[in-house]
Amino acid sequence: MSNLVVAPIVIPLVAGAFLLFSPGRLAWQRWVSAFSIVSGLAVDLALMRLVWTGGIQPFYAGNLPAPFGITFVADLVSVAFATVSTLAAFAVLLFAMQTLEEEVQARYFYAGFQFLLVGVNGAFFTGDIFNLFVFFEVMLLASYLLMALGAGRLQLRETLKYVLINSVASSFFLLGVAGLYRAYGTLNMADLMMRASAAPSGGWLAAVAVIFLVVFGTKAAIVPLHFWLPASYFAAATPVVAFFGGILSKVGIYAILRTFTTLFVEEPTFTHDTLMLPIALLTMVVGILGAIAQTDFKKILSYHIVSQIGYMLFGIALGTPLAVAGTIIFVAHQMVVKTALFLCAGATEKVAGSTELEKTSGLLVSHGTFTALFFVAALALVGVPPLSGFFGKLTLIRAGLEAGRFLSVAVAVVVGLGTLFSMIKIFRLSFWGEVKGERRLSEASPAFRRLLLPIGMLVAGSIAIGLGAEQVFSYAWAAAEQLLDRQGYISAVIPGLAMAVKP
Amino acid sequence: MEVWTAAAIGIVVACGVYLMLAREIVRVILGSLLIGYGINLALFMSGGIKAGGPPIIRGEEVAPMTDPVPQALILTAIVIGLGVFALMLALGYRTYEETSSDDLEELTG
Repeated sequence: MSNLVVAPIVIPLVAGAFLLFSPGRLAWQRWVSAFSIVSGLAVDLALMRLVWTGGIQPFYAGNLPAPFGITFVADLVSVAFATVSTLAAFAVLLFAMQTLEEEVQARYFYAGFQFLLVGVNGAFFTGDIFNLFVFFEVMLLASYLLMALGAGRLQLRETLKYVLINSVASSFFLLGVAGLYRAYGTLNMADLMMRASAAPSGGWLAAVAVIFLVVFGTKAAIVPLHFWLPASYFAAATPVVAFFGGILSKVGIYAILRTFTTLFVEEPTFTHDTLMLPIALLTMVVGILGAIAQTDFKKILSYHIVSQIGYMLFGIALGTPLAVAGTIIFVAHQMVVKTALFLCAGATEKVAGSTELEKTSGLLVSHGTFTALFFVAALALVGVPPLSGFFGKLTLIRAGLEAGRFLSVAVAVVVGLGTLFSMIKIFRLSFWGEVKGERRLSEASPAFRRLLLPIGMLVAGSIAIGLGAEQVFSYAWAAAEQLLDRQGYISAVIPGLAMAVKP
Repeated sequence: MEVWTAAAIGIVVACGVYLMLAREIVRVILGSLLIGYGINLALFMSGGIKAGGPPIIRGEEVAPMTDPVPQALILTAIVIGLGVFALMLALGYRTYEETSSDDLEELTG
């Protein structure tokens, strides 16, 4: 048992609590948030090393052994996602310092951001379903706050919608929790896995699985539960949306990945093949059609989120180790690249005063370095080698071919072309052409150079994932095998109770 | 007994859904509150209705006791629900200040 497991949750919690009591003191708030995130990143890396060498690390709050107390578990998947999202959070924080209005920053932006990280890291590391609910709520409450900051009419409308949809989804979450507790009398994930595999539930577990798919699907924006996402993400401030689009929707996918590879595997022909696979393909197609139809930078990116959630769901629906490894790479890649692209949209907004494609054309002429960064990030999103997107998609497509899902693979490839088309559209209308509209910041100005730093950081991250694909893949493969090894998880979390589990 | 509680849960949730379909913001918020309460009741029932004393072990003998876990769970759920409810009311009030109306239609467009 290592106390390091809860450090990524405790650090932002303490920092956030501090920041609540210092509204208005901007410099202090910035330093505390930056310190919290950097130390969180260091802890994540140390934890990753520990898990890589020492296997799954459980943490029992108050030293009450699982399944009785509150359990946190760090394994390769959760620690990888936590590290990448903390890195993306750092970039978003740097960007927000430059772009948000001082008035908004000086209030509760930084505190809200820290609590958002508490929720995200908590959801990654929790070892029981009810605490997953609690951390989802922490994350959502912080996200309501951030979304409503600087409220205008549009923002109020979208925030109200977002809050209502998520509160109904949370109610469903509790219903799913009730269903699990009714059937097995426990909510600890390891204990649930053990009990669920010991006795067939006769369809009950599949029914609960569908409730959870609806809940997590609402947060992750799978079709047909995606309708709120593009409008809500359009209304909120761009740095906030960068974090929402890059990280928050992936937390929903992480929850699906965790539960649908280990717990809800009793009737995979129904939950995975009949339900999840068609939904995954539909999500890809609907998302990309939406992206093609839009003419606004932020809206195109928002619809891309939906489309790429489809790829992740596709990997989870296949459920083979290769597909799960592909999903893990793809999620990590999306966290980096999606955040980078939203930050590009934010920089465009800052420079040209708008994100509508037609109004910003000619950025290539006036802002060359920025265009180059956007171009690399866009290619990474599309999946051009040797950038990060290529290896995630390649692994997923190979897994699809190995599983004999040829039609699904064809859809995934065509949707990839659609992604290319819509990214070209952004590039052609927004970056190419005559210089149109105003330019509030010149390329050489220090204020603009500071904007490029976080974007450059993330783009470098994407290139690093692409160039180090060998290492990234072997990590993802180990993570997938660890995730799918239920016996190993159970005996690591509940060493006293490890019994035989059906493979 | 469980059948009646199930029916009660159904009625509470149905009322919540009905309120959520209204145009007034306050009604919509109250609707989501009622749905949450109905589901809390369902969570409460997930331990089953058992006759027994409080779940405290005194001395050696273990008497029949009720399941304490669902109660702890809904306690948490109620607290979180209260926080979200307060936030929604604040949002609704801000919207009222902005549009000087309680009507969701005012926000369209």
